[in-house]
Amino acid sequence: MDKLDQLVQQAAAEFAAAADGVQLEQAKARFLGKTGVLTEQLKGLGKLAPEERRAAGAEINRAKDAIEAALEARRNALREAVLLAQLAAEALDVTLPGRGTSAGGLHPVSRTLERIEGLFRSIGFVVADGPEIETDWHNFTALNTPENHPARSMHDTFYLEGNDEVLLRTHTSPVQVRAMLDHAARHAGREQMPELRIIAPGRVYRVDSDATHSPMFHQVEGLWVGESVSFADLKGVIADFLRKFFETEDLQVRFRPSFFPFTEPSAEIDVAFMSGALEGRWLEIAGCGMVHPNVLRFGGIDPERYTGFAFGMGPDRLTMLRYGVNDLRLFFEGDLRFLSQFR
Amino acid sequence: MQFSEQWLRSLVNPPLDSEALGHLLTMAGLEVEESAPVAPPFTGVVVARIVEAEKHPNADKLKLCKVDAGQGDLLQIVCGAPNAAVGMKVPCAVVGAKLPGFEIKAAKLRGVESFGMLCSARELGLSEDHGGLMDLPADAPVGTNLREYLALDDTLFTIKLTPNRSDCLSLLGVGREVAALTGQPLSAPQIAVVAPTLDDRRAIVLDAPAACPRYCGRIVRGVDAKAPTPDWMKQRLQRCGVRSISALVDVTNYVMLELGQPLHAFDNAHLSGAIHVRYPREGEQVLLLNEQTVTPAADTLLIADEARALALAGIMGGEDSGITLETTDMFLESAFFAPDAIAGRARSYGFVSDASHRFERGVDFELAASAIERATQLILDICGGAAGPVVEAVSKEHLPARKPVRLRPARARRLLGIDPDDAAIVKLLNGVHLGVRHEGDDLLVVPPSFRFDIEIEEDLIEEIARLYGYDNIPALPPQGGLAMLDRSESGRTAWDVRHLLAGRDYQEVVNYAFVEEAWERDFCANDAPIRLANPIASQMSVMRSSLIPGLTGNLVANRKRQLSRVRVFEIGRCFERKADGEPVVGFHQPVRVAGLAAGPALPEQWGVPTRNVDFYDVKGDVEALFAPRVLKFEPVSEPALHPGRAAAVLLDGRRIGVVGELHPVWVQRYDLGTAPVVFELDMDAVLLADLPAYSEISRQPAVTRDLALVVEQALPVARVIEVLNESVPAIVKGVELFDVYHGKGIDPGKKSLAFRVLMQDTQRTLEDAEVDAAVTAIVHHAETVLGARLRG
Repeated sequence: MDKLDQLVQQAAAEFAAAADGVQLEQAKARFLGKTGVLTEQLKGLGKLAPEERRAAGAEINRAKDAIEAALEARRNALREAVLLAQLAAEALDVTLPGRGTSAGGLHPVSRTLERIEGLFRSIGFVVADGPEIETDWHNFTALNTPENHPARSMHDTFYLEGNDEVLLRTHTSPVQVRAMLDHAARHAGREQMPELRIIAPGRVYRVDSDATHSPMFHQVEGLWVGESVSFADLKGVIADFLRKFFETEDLQVRFRPSFFPFTEPSAEIDVAFMSGALEGRWLEIAGCGMVHPNVLRFGGIDPERYTGFAFGMGPDRLTMLRYGVNDLRLFFEGDLRFLSQFR
Repeated sequence: MQFSEQWLRSLVNPPLDSEALGHLLTMAGLEVEESAPVAPPFTGVVVARIVEAEKHPNADKLKLCKVDAGQGDLLQIVCGAPNAAVGMKVPCAVVGAKLPGFEIKAAKLRGVESFGMLCSARELGLSEDHGGLMDLPADAPVGTNLREYLALDDTLFTIKLTPNRSDCLSLLGVGREVAALTGQPLSAPQIAVVAPTLDDRRAIVLDAPAACPRYCGRIVRGVDAKAPTPDWMKQRLQRCGVRSISALVDVTNYVMLELGQPLHAFDNAHLSGAIHVRYPREGEQVLLLNEQTVTPAADTLLIADEARALALAGIMGGEDSGITLETTDMFLESAFFAPDAIAGRARSYGFVSDASHRFERGVDFELAASAIERATQLILDICGGAAGPVVEAVSKEHLPARKPVRLRPARARRLLGIDPDDAAIVKLLNGVHLGVRHEGDDLLVVPPSFRFDIEIEEDLIEEIARLYGYDNIPALPPQGGLAMLDRSESGRTAWDVRHLLAGRDYQEVVNYAFVEEAWERDFCANDAPIRLANPIASQMSVMRSSLIPGLTGNLVANRKRQLSRVRVFEIGRCFERKADGEPVVGFHQPVRVAGLAAGPALPEQWGVPTRNVDFYDVKGDVEALFAPRVLKFEPVSEPALHPGRAAAVLLDGRRIGVVGELHPVWVQRYDLGTAPVVFELDMDAVLLADLPAYSEISRQPAVTRDLALVVEQALPVARVIEVLNESVPAIVKGVELFDVYHGKGIDPGKKSLAFRVLMQDTQRTLEDAEVDAAVTAIVHHAETVLGARLRG
């Protein structure tokens, strides 16, 4: 049976020598084909005595299995080699930049406004809106600022040619008045008016232009009117907001007595960071106070029964503090080298 | 208002350092905007006298001085100042002195020893004056520490007063406040009545008693108007930011700063007859101290004599009736003018004055008499002379009423969220001179004559909050009924739109809502824009009626910064006239969203040929903004846009905006190079969204057939698609354009449109025959209606 072993070795050697599938199939035919060596061996079994035939047959079949296994192994190896060659040929420089379009972005102040809206929505404030060409009545009179009131000199107001009754709103506070009138009308005749909680972001206008003032800028007005709204609540909401907005507890918030015709008591809100470039400096970021009873009355709400607080903050300033921007004017110049930094 | 800390401390001196005092004022609502030391820190500087001044042996520009600094021996000091002269009193920094930035040591200068330094004002940080040595008064005592001699250990406070706190526009007012906040005693100036030594008096007539209910006047004769103002007064004035002018003027300013009562001094020789406080007569004019001639409006109160108008009452004196250095007899005015009679008047003439600033906010109406006594005494002390009696004209019923204001302590506690008892509240109010009496559970509070800001209960609640301390009010998490907010799915927020556009590579910008008039004319054919009455610049003079010009401006600016690819958008209001506009009558103020794309369609990159953005790219962006809602586009003519490359955007048959290439005329005028493509849409249309609705998905296989139709070149594709959809058999689920071809094989003047027709039945598999019949029907309809033919 040495001969069969030799045959297996010979077949394995020839398979290994086959460089591709065609040569391998030719080699296979020499051993396992109809006229192959092993087939001839099987044909020779008939000449053996029956008692020898069984043993010899088993031997030959074992050799056949071995040759077939060698064949399969070589087939797999050749397939593997082809695949490897294909993969090598298809390899890319994965360090080349990706293709396609880029992405734009929101204005940095929009990012701030979206965050502010989200934070206040989370405690039940809804967004309100108002016109930018506003009536003198909504912008001043209904906000307890009659003609010749010294507070009117605090705003330098843009007026429209040929119409004394309208102006470019100097603050978002007139939205308070509109929202109160609307709310009061909607719930007129009810036993109890539901709470009114709004924020009103938007553009406002004043005759002023330098590194820290722009003739157009943003404000966010906030208003909460209900049966038991207090100054302590105002302090709570604002302090909570500022810590959430700046994502730090490392922040001091200070309420400082001030004066606005439409709130009383009134306060300016200052913040000071306890670390970073602005450490320890008090920065004015908003005005606020309890809604003046005259304003509630102008808004159709009974000041004896309901109280409220209001605040107006400068999202431009908040944006500057949050991202370290040092010149307000950059927000309004449309310079893509600046704006694209906030994506 | 600027003032000297030391002056304030002469009235009330709490045990607080300058910083703590500043904080106290700020937290009481008198915001300290700035506090600056009068002088930087330095030591070892004394008053010295130059005894000898010889030329330096080795240097032409230096002098060798012998100086008496009160140390016994004379000091030898080398000095380079051109004004160093024998006998002069100067500041001398002795050896060991520490000046801003350096220390004085004995040194050799050009071979000669020098034991100190004679100083200029700038070297001591006292002013910018570097012209020479600081020239001290001849009577300055040699050897005295300069800081003591000039009272340099002082701080200048600048406080920003809110308009309601006119009572703090004086040192006395601020002192009163500090005394109330700290419990320290207030030593107000003692004012004695100056007994008249003359009989001369000038009659006073209150012709408009509502506007001027009180006027005190007094004649002082024989004053020396050229007498020098004492140094202490000069110094206090200067530290309040007031320039010393002459002793008489300085006294009136001093009393105003000290007590808060504006005064005016007339030259008595220039007055004739009684003083009248009245409104102007037709055509009357006044030449003011600031050399401005005004024709006062009918509601501007005047001071007049029997001959003419002299001054604008409470605002500014007249040029030819005021005191001068030649004045010997003066007439002093100390009056109360009602805030309403003064408010806004000065501004209407284009200026403000210290007097009008105070009167329009409110001056203590009981102060006039004591202020005139104070001023008289100072005048007699400084300028000599003899005073007549004070003549007071008063209309008591026109003086401000100080009605009691009712305070419900429970309401104060509820509104503030704090819990002081009634006694604590009374104590706080008494501290600021508010009289309190009880009536049942309520308190009746009477404000003093110097407070003009206490009329209603909230004014008192504010006062309680301020005195209680805003810092002491807790910050509470607010309580409220929890209710979910509306969040409609049939609508989007402006944030969704912003993120969509940012995702399509547009950068948001915020442009001014006022633009230059030429933009409105060029881009919007708007010859009657909404104009501002008081624009800050001509390029910001009219309200925009479109966002597109602003975006074009962004393109121009960024092109100048060498950016070729610019893609920007803005969401903002536009402004148009509209008679029945809402909510402000006369104006329509819609929010719009607009975008602009210019330069390469894609960022420059490898493997993709560069091409410029075109109409269809931007139209795709607009369609994406509305998807899955389907828009219609129609050719449109707009002044801003290329007439052949612009479309009106329609949603459900309503025009909601435009998209198109910028008109070549503007491309050229604004030097844009390649034409940008722009769009502008009504935001309310963009924000609408449909609630998705399910329709059944067919399990049957779909069949597609492609067909190419040749039609006239000028025929809009939208029309072809419309016609194809007019008469499609039920099995056709969609007809999609997938190619447009003109060129070889197609007649000039024609184009070939390739469509893919999708057919499907929900119940069964389609048979070839019915598919072919459907396609035939579609083609036949197109042939009949459009004259199309099937491409072979």
